[in-house]
Amino acid sequence: MTAPAAYFRPDTPEAALAHLAQGACRIAAGCTDLFAATERKVLPGPVLDITGIAALRGITRTVAGLRIGATTTWTDLIRADLPAACTGLQQAAREVGAKQIQNRGTIAGNLCNASPAADGVPPLLTLDAQIEIASVGTTRVVPLSEFLTGPRQTVLTPREMVTAVLIPAAALAGRGQFLKLGARQYLVISIAMSAARIVIQDGIVTQAALAIGACGPVATRLPKVERTLLGRPLDLSLITDADVAAALRPMDDMRASAAFRMISAAELLRRTVAAPAQEALT
Amino acid sequence: MTAQTLTLTIAGQRRVLETAPGRRLSDVLRKELALKSVKIGCDAGDCGACTVLIDGAQHCACLIPAAQADGCTVETLETTSPDLRARLQRAFLSAGAAQCGICTPGMMMAAMELLRSHPRPTQPQVKDALAGVLCRCTGYRKIIAAVMAATPPADAPQVPKAGSAVGASIARLDGQPKVDGTEVFGADYAPQGALLVRAVRSPYYHADFTLGDAELWAKTTPGVVCIITAADIAGINRFGVIAPLADQPALAETTVRYRGEPVALVVGAPEALLALDMADFPVRWTPLTHSLTQQDGAQPEAAQLHADRPQNTLIRGRVACGTPDAALAGSAHVVSGQFETAYVEHAYIEPEAGAAWLDGDTLVIQACTQAPVMDLEDTARVLGLPRSRVRIIPAAAGGGFGAKLDVTLQPLLGLAVLKTGQPCRMVFSRAESMQASTKRHPGSMQATIGADARGRITGMIFHGNFNTGAYASWGPTVASRVPVHASGPYLTPHYRATSRAVHTNGPISGAFRGFGVPQAAITQEVLYDDLAAACGMDRLAFRRLNALRDGDTSPCGQVMQAVGLDECLDALQGHWDAAQQAAATFNATSQGVKRGIGVASCWYGCGNTALPNPSTIRIGITPDGQVMLHQGATDIGQGSNTVIPQIAADAIGISIDAITLIGPDTALTPDCGKTSASRQTFITGRAALAAGQALRAAVLRLTNLADADRIACGPGRLTVTKGDQRRQIALADLPVNAQGYVISAEETYDPPTTQLDADGQGTPYAVYGFGAQMAEVEVDMALGTVKVRHIVAAHDVGRAINPILAEGQIEGGIAQGLGLALMEEYLPGQTENLHNYLIPTIGDMPPVTSILIEKPDPEGPMGAKGLGEHVLIPTAPAILNAIRDASGARINRVPALPHRVLAAIQAAKR
Repeated sequence: MTAPAAYFRPDTPEAALAHLAQGACRIAAGCTDLFAATERKVLPGPVLDITGIAALRGITRTVAGLRIGATTTWTDLIRADLPAACTGLQQAAREVGAKQIQNRGTIAGNLCNASPAADGVPPLLTLDAQIEIASVGTTRVVPLSEFLTGPRQTVLTPREMVTAVLIPAAALAGRGQFLKLGARQYLVISIAMSAARIVIQDGIVTQAALAIGACGPVATRLPKVERTLLGRPLDLSLITDADVAAALRPMDDMRASAAFRMISAAELLRRTVAAPAQEALT
Repeated sequence: MTAQTLTLTIAGQRRVLETAPGRRLSDVLRKELALKSVKIGCDAGDCGACTVLIDGAQHCACLIPAAQADGCTVETLETTSPDLRARLQRAFLSAGAAQCGICTPGMMMAAMELLRSHPRPTQPQVKDALAGVLCRCTGYRKIIAAVMAATPPADAPQVPKAGSAVGASIARLDGQPKVDGTEVFGADYAPQGALLVRAVRSPYYHADFTLGDAELWAKTTPGVVCIITAADIAGINRFGVIAPLADQPALAETTVRYRGEPVALVVGAPEALLALDMADFPVRWTPLTHSLTQQDGAQPEAAQLHADRPQNTLIRGRVACGTPDAALAGSAHVVSGQFETAYVEHAYIEPEAGAAWLDGDTLVIQACTQAPVMDLEDTARVLGLPRSRVRIIPAAAGGGFGAKLDVTLQPLLGLAVLKTGQPCRMVFSRAESMQASTKRHPGSMQATIGADARGRITGMIFHGNFNTGAYASWGPTVASRVPVHASGPYLTPHYRATSRAVHTNGPISGAFRGFGVPQAAITQEVLYDDLAAACGMDRLAFRRLNALRDGDTSPCGQVMQAVGLDECLDALQGHWDAAQQAAATFNATSQGVKRGIGVASCWYGCGNTALPNPSTIRIGITPDGQVMLHQGATDIGQGSNTVIPQIAADAIGISIDAITLIGPDTALTPDCGKTSASRQTFITGRAALAAGQALRAAVLRLTNLADADRIACGPGRLTVTKGDQRRQIALADLPVNAQGYVISAEETYDPPTTQLDADGQGTPYAVYGFGAQMAEVEVDMALGTVKVRHIVAAHDVGRAINPILAEGQIEGGIAQGLGLALMEEYLPGQTENLHNYLIPTIGDMPPVTSILIEKPDPEGPMGAKGLGEHVLIPTAPAILNAIRDASGARINRVPALPHRVLAAIQAAKR
């Protein structure tokens, strides 16, 4: 007989971290990925269920920016009153699965699962998101771009857990936008997706944050393309297929060819950037 | 995992139970609280069949650890607000929104949440709210309509008067259990103390294997009662739907030929077995070379799967008439093309499941199926039992579409029950279901078609290689149906069509709605657009010119009758003209997105190809005045539980609500054959018509009346009236026969077909159905995405026995045709779930305008023809033709995923 697997559902972060310190656990929140990965009727353990910790859920705004608790669900994000910079994040939330998944899936779970096609990552990259990671007695903050290290890989060590996603105040300017390309409506894993956050002052682009997902091991910002947009009126023709492709490392898979991902990513990006620009005009 | 206390509020009551905190809530609700409306389709949050409301919001119960539901209010279909549920139930029944019923509880729960906040929702609101629940039967449109019609409450449905059931859109007679959550599907019945059966399956496509010390493993693994291997099989370890070619072992003996093939069964205590990892079972595998495509399987060096089938050729098919080579050589216009289609998964929302037990010395199997008598025969043969000792009770089937024709778990359950003597159950996981069930045959098809200067078809040559997978299944049927149908429903005087079924180590290809004809129709209908262009003709006009008509001869030499194709094409004409105009107007100003329209037709022979396939119907009247209809046709959602009683009621002349349905059950119902080949309405319908007429004649004989205006059943008596004459038959005065009836009739109908000769000449089918569909699509020229905006579907059904059920078949078939065209591609080892294998969602299905054409066939009951498969055939080619009309992209491989469409757009520009 194997020993009964432990299932621990604390109500404070401290209790959770103390439990983690005693040994490796599977951290469970919305379980939309964990249960999908097993045919078993009982979640394989040991499990640390963090959904009972009220302090980990919800969105707060301070002078420093936004703090999005780890177990904040997609539905929480959709319903939240957020600045226009977060519109892309909210659009991404609406494109995650369908209502059932949005009601359970959490923002930190999406990041920790580290799928190359995680819907939350591109918009969070354009928001310069920082990941707050805690272990007993210490907290560290890592940029999202460094948090994700590869497909299904993060910098998280076994004694750590993500407690929040932080959006710095400086990244809350402008308007965010998100587009997802899939082979069906609803319930679809992306072929490619793009996110943009653009700040235009007096007709001149002063900030441009662009990201593409599902076109490489991890979603990525496109710094070279971003630089070309700055300091002039918004010009979509500057988002070239070649520059976008240079930033990506897509694969051939059952959903699409790598070549198609390169081309479609550039097209999606132009449309993503165009959308807020059009709204700014109206 | 240690049990913890879980408190749920259900229907206002606190329910406290002990359970593992990490256990799926769906499992808790079904097993601990017997709330079986919570259906398990995937255990991954992909299908939504387990949708429940937690504190008023919809969630997949399969994704919730029990601990997270602690303290919550949980609503299932059984326990939700009764008033709103009653309104929704009535709306679902009258709209025809439930077919097989497996997704219905999840759909209704999602709708409950929406209707509480939005009593009169818009269509986009309904789509957003229900998007997380997949349906494979309905095409979603009637579900949307039902949710929008739930407020205000609908009137109670009217029962049609005696003699007028046929033609009435009555709600399905077996509908109530589907909308109240009480329907018993394969996984919903567990006999007391039933053991669980799990299969050990091959992770390899092709391998030799030896079992390790399985007995030791069994002894040392908690909960295991016994192991079953091929050595336990007392009968013939070979099954197959076509008996002379039966080749599939119930359990592999020394070699596995496809990924997922079972090599052993483990039987034991349910909870212990569920926790096992089957990969721990001791098997030594020696992987062998394998092929997965028809191209590879046909190579001389490919691994040979069956010693008696050289070159991996299971069978070839051929139909030939006239001199096609000369006809093409002399044609004014000739077009050619090569087309590829993928493996397509049936993706019914109910994975295979069932239970079995001994009743005396009779083995009883209650499992999902489309073919109870074939199950009985195959299972008895494998188990070495006489047929009289096997009884099959079909569980409600949560979708079938062809893959539940072959036995799946029936012999495995039988083996387990016979070895243990105890009741057993087996429930496939989604991955198991996808690995072990049959698929649509991938096809590589090449065709050349010619036309004369006026646009008349001169001749056609077609060849298709079909990947039939590891075992025979329905490969021979595909090989024979395709050459018969590959011309399409068009007059083709010179013709040669050949086919070859090639074994590979891919999934077994079997029956899937159309038996290869949808694949062939893509080839022919796309080439027809080429040909119309070459002739300089309008594409619809080209088809109307060439449409088969009464008295024309088919490529099999059959003189056609009751051909309603021109009526179908004529019904499209107005839509075609308007849509063409609208697309041109749109395209004049739209650059990035272009619209186009396409058309395609279908014909399809109803019933087995050139083989007998009788149905028998029995109707009896009990001494207390009940009319019992023994109906052995399994209703997998298509509606035979409603359509057959409609025919029987009118044949007898009684009100349909006087009829009580019995069966299907091999112990209680005569053989109505399998639910396939679009045969039940036609063949079982004819048997019901004959039995009803015979019963009526028997009643009239007792009255000395030559005819009757009305026959009414009352307690213990029949009342027969003709004009002012009235007779009463006191049923208690009549002798009771062995079946318990005072009056009864049993009639058999077998369609008149003939064998085909070496050139496929003869009468393969007695009745054909016809149809044509027009698709309007929008193509994103930079991304290659396709949105289907509208389908107009005109189908000649001969006589619409139940128009709303016929529309439901049309919409559901179109959804599957849309999936075939745009997204469905089963890749073994990669798409064994419902998030990598995509089927259309509620957001993909366009509005459908259904037009029912009634050109009666003298052979059909009241003129009726089959419809179930016809409806899928034209959809994919109509969509492909519309894509080309919009974008110039000539698609020669489906599914037309965005990257393929974009590549074709770019190729067209060059």
